[in-house]
Amino acid sequence: MARATLDARRLLCPLPVIRTQERVKGLAPGDVLEVTCTDPGALHDIPAWCRLNGHRIASTADGADYELVITVVVGGAASS
Amino acid sequence: MPGAGRKAVALISGGLDSMLAARTILEQGVHVEGINFFTGFCVEGHTHAIRRRANGGGANPRNNALWVAEQLGIRLHLIDVVEEYKRVVLNPKHGYGANLNPCLDCKTFMVGRAREWMEEHGFDFIITGEVIGQRPKSQRRETMPVVARESGADDRLLRPLCARRLPPTLPEREGWVARERLHDFTGRTRKPQFALAADFGIEDYAQPAGGCCFLTDRQYSSKLADLWTSRGERDYELDDIMLLKVGRHLRPRPHFKVIVGREEGENNFLSGYRGQFVHLRTVSHPGPLALVDGEPGDEDLELAARLTARFSQGRGAERVDVEIGGAGRPTQRLAVTPMAPSAIPDDWYV
Repeated sequence: MARATLDARRLLCPLPVIRTQERVKGLAPGDVLEVTCTDPGALHDIPAWCRLNGHRIASTADGADYELVITVVVGGAASS
Repeated sequence: MPGAGRKAVALISGGLDSMLAARTILEQGVHVEGINFFTGFCVEGHTHAIRRRANGGGANPRNNALWVAEQLGIRLHLIDVVEEYKRVVLNPKHGYGANLNPCLDCKTFMVGRAREWMEEHGFDFIITGEVIGQRPKSQRRETMPVVARESGADDRLLRPLCARRLPPTLPEREGWVARERLHDFTGRTRKPQFALAADFGIEDYAQPAGGCCFLTDRQYSSKLADLWTSRGERDYELDDIMLLKVGRHLRPRPHFKVIVGREEGENNFLSGYRGQFVHLRTVSHPGPLALVDGEPGDEDLELAARLTARFSQGRGAERVDVEIGGAGRPTQRLAVTPMAPSAIPDDWYV
């Protein structure tokens, strides 16, 4: 199980979702992607995208300087 | 089910019409997946999101395209077309609408990209939520064949909401969808859409008052035109067009402008650009963060500092201390007199 990170800070939605989508394409089921972002819209959008595509949110957490960390567990379905 | 085994890609904007179009085709047993293009000019309420978080939370706005896909139970593919879309904005074959909105070229571009996606993924046809006569530029009876032809989609482009007013398309002729179960909507009235939504049991949907694209906004288009004029060329990067959505933009001189955050959320967003831009912040009084876009000289920076002070809580003070840094320059501090509101010419506001 690989653990990857994605820096989506300063990006406004839907770009954090698009970058997440692109990054997940290169990961395998069970891998974990930790996305750091600053647009709170990502708190809605990344989980919504995960639900549509068979991935799971392991956690969301507030970081420093308005940063949010969203941890995605890659699901078994092919990513979009 | 007439559509069993057939696959359609639906352009999903997040609004009601594309939702109804996709649902109409889903009802016929066709497998539908959505596609949504990010051009950089999309209105998704993110500036509101920036402010809301800074103001103590609350419900954040949703991405309507993702939300619609969830309601429909379909997959949604979000596609970044920022670079490709430049040619649409910069050189629209069919010209602009009331502002810098190249609506007909935009629709043709999006249907064209959907056609490419359809071919790459083995889908059969494309559906959109277009309605004849609903939009003055891109959704007229005369322009609908233009979109179909110039996108290369031809008769694989089906508009379920007004299909019965148009010649039968391939999916109809082949029996993939039943034409009699498509619709004949026309004009600017929204009543048929609301009625169809009620039939489907859809009660919640987005109704963006100003459309879904910043290019239809007069003030935004004015800022974009100013950007092109000041740089002497019609071009942009993603950061440029994102920054046009945030803050007050004042251009005191042709070679620089000042972007002033209007509240804490915008200041936080602008702070992400401190490495790239000369920036100013009042230190003796609470106040905004301001970025300077251009090539400011020392006198210009003093002017920028006075403008920044004008929008701070020290606007009535005799002196306000302003810290200036960023873009590789050493941090300096200036004590300035805030500009009086009446001293700021209206035409500085972009």
